[in-house]
Amino acid sequence: MHELIDSLFIKVFANDALRQKRDSAIVEIGGGRIAFTTDSYVVNPIIFPGGDIGSLAVYGTVNDLSVCGAKPLYISLGLIIEEGFEKKALERIVASIERAARRAGVQVVTGDTKVVEKGACDKIFINTSGIGEIFYIPNEKKICSGDVVIVSGPIGDHAISVLSKREGIAFKTTIRSDSAPLNGLIARVLKASSKVRFMRDPTRGGLATTLNEAVERKSFGILLNEKSIPVRSGVKEACELLGFDPLYCACEGRVVMIVAQEGTQRVMAALRRDVLGKSASVIGAITKEYKGKVILHTAAGGKRIVDMLTGEQLPRIC
Amino acid sequence: MKYIDEYRNKKLIDAVAKKIRGRVDAKRAFRIMEVCGTHTMNIFRFGLRDMLPENIELVSGPGCPVCVTPNDYIDTAIALAKLDNVIIATFGDMFRVPGSRSSLEKEKANGAHIKTVYSTIDALALAKRNPEKEIVFLGIGFETTSPTVASSILIAKKEGIANYSVLCGHKTMPEALHALAQDERLRIDGFLLPGHVSTIIGAKPYECLNKRYGTRCVIAGFEPLDIMQSILMLVAQRTPKVEIQYSRITSKAGNARAMKMIDAVFEEVDSMWRGIGNIKKSGLKIRRAYRHFDAGKKFVVEPGSIRENKGCMCGDVLKGIKTPSDCRLFGSSCTPMHPVGSCMVSSEGTCAAYYKYRVERK
Repeated sequence: MHELIDSLFIKVFANDALRQKRDSAIVEIGGGRIAFTTDSYVVNPIIFPGGDIGSLAVYGTVNDLSVCGAKPLYISLGLIIEEGFEKKALERIVASIERAARRAGVQVVTGDTKVVEKGACDKIFINTSGIGEIFYIPNEKKICSGDVVIVSGPIGDHAISVLSKREGIAFKTTIRSDSAPLNGLIARVLKASSKVRFMRDPTRGGLATTLNEAVERKSFGILLNEKSIPVRSGVKEACELLGFDPLYCACEGRVVMIVAQEGTQRVMAALRRDVLGKSASVIGAITKEYKGKVILHTAAGGKRIVDMLTGEQLPRIC
Repeated sequence: MKYIDEYRNKKLIDAVAKKIRGRVDAKRAFRIMEVCGTHTMNIFRFGLRDMLPENIELVSGPGCPVCVTPNDYIDTAIALAKLDNVIIATFGDMFRVPGSRSSLEKEKANGAHIKTVYSTIDALALAKRNPEKEIVFLGIGFETTSPTVASSILIAKKEGIANYSVLCGHKTMPEALHALAQDERLRIDGFLLPGHVSTIIGAKPYECLNKRYGTRCVIAGFEPLDIMQSILMLVAQRTPKVEIQYSRITSKAGNARAMKMIDAVFEEVDSMWRGIGNIKKSGLKIRRAYRHFDAGKKFVVEPGSIRENKGCMCGDVLKGIKTPSDCRLFGSSCTPMHPVGSCMVSSEGTCAAYYKYRVERK
């Protein structure tokens, strides 16, 4: 996917906003700055413990705006519906979108619906685009050795909850998706501290991929401490069973931040005062030593590289 | 988590590492082959090489069932996938393995019906849900997996699930280890034996490795403490023998019920190991009594001529003669995104492990 983005989209569309490769584009309109983002949701199954494709579509776009320092305001909603999809199921998803939008404090102001023939899509696909008002721009250029890496809560809940319901692999678990709107949490943190230099929500590819994106082609690296990375026991158990690594399991309601060392205390205090951040943890630091790489100090005592996810994690055979 | 947390305890691992340094003869090189792909991955994942003295060398062996599956098996699976009424059910690991010209992943993108399943139970359920289709399960794996595939055939026969069959590519460990132990190029002092295979077959099949080749053997679990303890046991052996470190689930006798199931459905056969060649009595084929569940007999397909990539060094890597870094394709034209050989794409492949956990050593 990264190759495709670089070799096709950025090459063809060639503009500064796109080249930033943030989760939202930051653009100027009428003398002010807004964040603008879009995302498409094709999750299978469409309903999973802790959420559904509807709430996911709202929170995902709200979060992409929030991590760019924007206050999310308005969402568009594009639905592609497979012919024969039950009306009751559609109503349930639309109700979920409404609840999610209300919780996140955003309005769905425009939309589109297409019905396609059976087999042309898998039940329902959703696209949401969103705009928000910029109030803080994390200055990633200021990231330097000694900055700390913080995650707002346990990783991998969303990936495991979705997998637990997927045909061919379904298993029992108490884990529910962490899917949630991060705008309130992030606003609280940015009010408390101006030392946040980087924010992302670690979705596809998990924490490992997000952190690799942060250091790619940079003059610094990240040294992570495995013992500090919060992972729920249900996620650990499912990962051990399947042969998955929690570092690559997607989250949908977590933010990872790089914060100047002197800002750590205030950021952590602000995170932990919020219900979504009560298990926040300092998980590592920026280092000059491993340029362009993410290194994990393992709980067993050794060190290993943490690479980007290539392809999908697949269940072990034996 | 029980059996996880205590086996990842840093203090205990450090203590064993210290004992290894105290016990090993520092004047000689000690070459251990860790056979199983999960051992390869976990040695990297937990950074265990850093904890060992310089004279202990760990080499990876061919214990990755996907890696040793030859091109003609993949080509046959692809030919079956192209049949109109067939759904291929496969472990996820097989999905991206390159055959002579294509892969199951590419064929799925071209419209072939291929489903990833977690187990044969899911494949049987698929067959019941799709009575008008033929479900072909790609049966690969060692003795850990073959009992479950045998079981699926027994269930299919009992329940009259006529639209289920298996393309059998199972292999067995002991004869492959003989081939490695007697290869003078490898100079193997000891084997970290595969813990889960041994849970099925027990310790006896390995005893002749001690007697014939003087190779030390320890049946090893997969957590870092298991692996380190197994290495300690290997270096501490005064006379070569087979010891069980993974005693919490492995017994000397193995799992008689699972072995009986394998024996009921399969018979021993010579088998081609990708990159290694033919090893006598190292494979399984479905017995005549169950020929209706043998996809190799049920369908006639033409997989085309077999093509191997000349630059690919998977064979030498699987035997432990070379490391992935010795292969000129490694990391350049052969990467996890664009694999040339199976060792790069399997989640237990040596090349995939080397690439994923590229060693950071000072």
